Amino acid sequence: MTSPSPVLYDYILSPSCYKARLMAALAGVRLALRPVDFHPGVEHRGPELLALNPAGSIPILVAPDADGDLILTESAAILVYLASKAAPAFLGSGKPAESARIQQWLAFSARLTASLGGARLHEMLHRPGDLAGLRASGIAALRELEAALFEQRLKGEAFLVGNRPTVADIACFPYVALAPDGGVSLDAYPSIRLWMRAVRALEGFIEMPGIHRLHELKPDPHEAPATAEA
Amino acid sequence: MSRDAMIDEWYPVGLLSQLLPEGRETLLMGETIRVSLGADGRAKVATTAGHPLPVTERYGHVWSSLGQPARPLFDIPEAEHPGRRLVDVGVVRVRCSPLRAVENFLDIAHFPFVHTDILGAEPHTEVESYKVEIREEADEVWATQVKFYQPQAAKSASGGITTEYMYRVPAPTCSVLYKTCPPRPGEWDVITLFVQPLTEELCDVWPWMALYDDDTPMTDLIHFQQMIFLQDRSILENQIPRRLPLDPGMEIPTRADLTSVAYRRWLKRHGFTYGAQLVAQ
Repeated sequence: MTSPSPVLYDYILSPSCYKARLMAALAGVRLALRPVDFHPGVEHRGPELLALNPAGSIPILVAPDADGDLILTESAAILVYLASKAAPAFLGSGKPAESARIQQWLAFSARLTASLGGARLHEMLHRPGDLAGLRASGIAALRELEAALFEQRLKGEAFLVGNRPTVADIACFPYVALAPDGGVSLDAYPSIRLWMRAVRALEGFIEMPGIHRLHELKPDPHEAPATAEA
Repeated sequence: MSRDAMIDEWYPVGLLSQLLPEGRETLLMGETIRVSLGADGRAKVATTAGHPLPVTERYGHVWSSLGQPARPLFDIPEAEHPGRRLVDVGVVRVRCSPLRAVENFLDIAHFPFVHTDILGAEPHTEVESYKVEIREEADEVWATQVKFYQPQAAKSASGGITTEYMYRVPAPTCSVLYKTCPPRPGEWDVITLFVQPLTEELCDVWPWMALYDDDTPMTDLIHFQQMIFLQDRSILENQIPRRLPLDPGMEIPTRADLTSVAYRRWLKRHGFTYGAQLVAQ
C-alpha cells in the first residue's frame, strides 16, 4: 500500500512554498497541493491555518508519518524532510564540514526571505515595510552570496556546497532569483547568475511565476517536427 | 506626457470586498487619494484635502476619476449574466507604464515563451491572422477571430485546445478579454485587466474575471490568474523605453501585433498619452 502524499498548503506566488514544490519535483515526491488564498483573502491568518501554524505563515507541510501527522512550518525543515525521504544526496555527503556548511546556508536563507522577500511583498502586493532598509540588507546578503559562489567557481564547484546541488541551493535560490521583483537588480552578480542557471538546468526543475525555465533546453530546438507541412 | 485627456476617465482604485471605514491611501495619476467605506455602506473616494471624487461601484471594484467623467463606466453585459463566478483576483503593483500593462495583455505572441505549457507551447508559436478594428460608434478597439493553441487555457480546461479570443479596449487603461469557455462551448469567459495609473511609470493592476466554472475552488481560480499575471510582471518591468511609444520608429511591430498597433493609434487619436512617449527618442 502506498502512503498518501504529503499535503502542502501552498500559494503559487510564494517563493517559500516554491522551495517545497521545487525540492519535491527534484526528489520525485508527489505533493497534494492545498491552495491558500494568501492574497487577497489573507486565509493564512484564518482559524483553520492558524490552528496548524500559529505563526500564520505558509508553507505548511502535513506529512503522514508512523507517529501520526508530521506538521512542518519552516521551509528549511520541509526541504530536509523531503530530501531525507527521497533524495538524500541533497543533504550532502554527511562529512561534518559539509553538513555544517549546509546548515549555515539554510540559516542564511532566512535573511534572504526577510530582506529580498520583504522588498518583493512591499513592491508587489502592498505589504508595509521599510523598502530602503529591506533592499539594503538584501544587497548585503547578495554580496555575501556572490563572494561565496565566486570562491566555489575558483574551486570548480557550481553549487553552494560542493559540485552537486543540496538543500542549501534550493533554500537560497527562489528569493535570490526573484530579487528584481522587489526592485533589486542581479546585474552586478555574475557568479549568482551562473549559479541560478545551474539550478534551472537541474533535471526535474520546475518554474514559478517570475522564474522562467531555460527555453533553450526544453523543448529541444533540434527535435524533428511531428508533422511535415506541405 | 500630459494627463489632460485621460483625467475624465474612470479608473479602478480598490476592491469593493476590501473596503475599510478608515480607508486606505493610494495614488491616481500622481495625486494621493483616499478610498474608504462610508457610513452608508457605499464606497467613498476623496483627495487628501477632503474634496470628494466621483465614485462608481461595478465589476467588484471601486472606480473613480480626478476629473468629471462624461459617460458612465463601460458596460460588460456578459459579466452580468447570472450563473457566472465573479473572481476578485486582487492587486499587483508593477513598475511599468499603465499603457504597457494593457498592451501586454493584448499580445498573444508571447504566450508560448512567457506562459509556457499553459497559454501556449513551443513549437505552436504561430499567430494566425485575425481581425482588428476601431469600432467608431462605441469608440473601442476590438480584435476578433483570434485563435491560439493552448495546453491549459483555463483552470477548467483538461488538455490542450485551440482557444478563440476576442479582445476589447473600452477605456485607455482597461481591457476585456472574451475567451472560449471550456465547460460551456458557445459562451465566453470574461477576463479583464483593470489598470490603475499611479504615475506614468507605475501602476496597480486589478485583474477580474466572470467565468462559467462551477467546479474549480475560488482560490484555484485566483491562483491561476495570479500565476499568469506574475509571469508577465518581470517582463513588463524590463521593457524599454519605459513609456509606450505611440509614434512608429522606436519599436517595429509585426503582423501579430495588429491589436497593439490599433491600441496605440486609438490612444494617439484621443490624446491619451499619460504613460506614453510621442516622439521616438
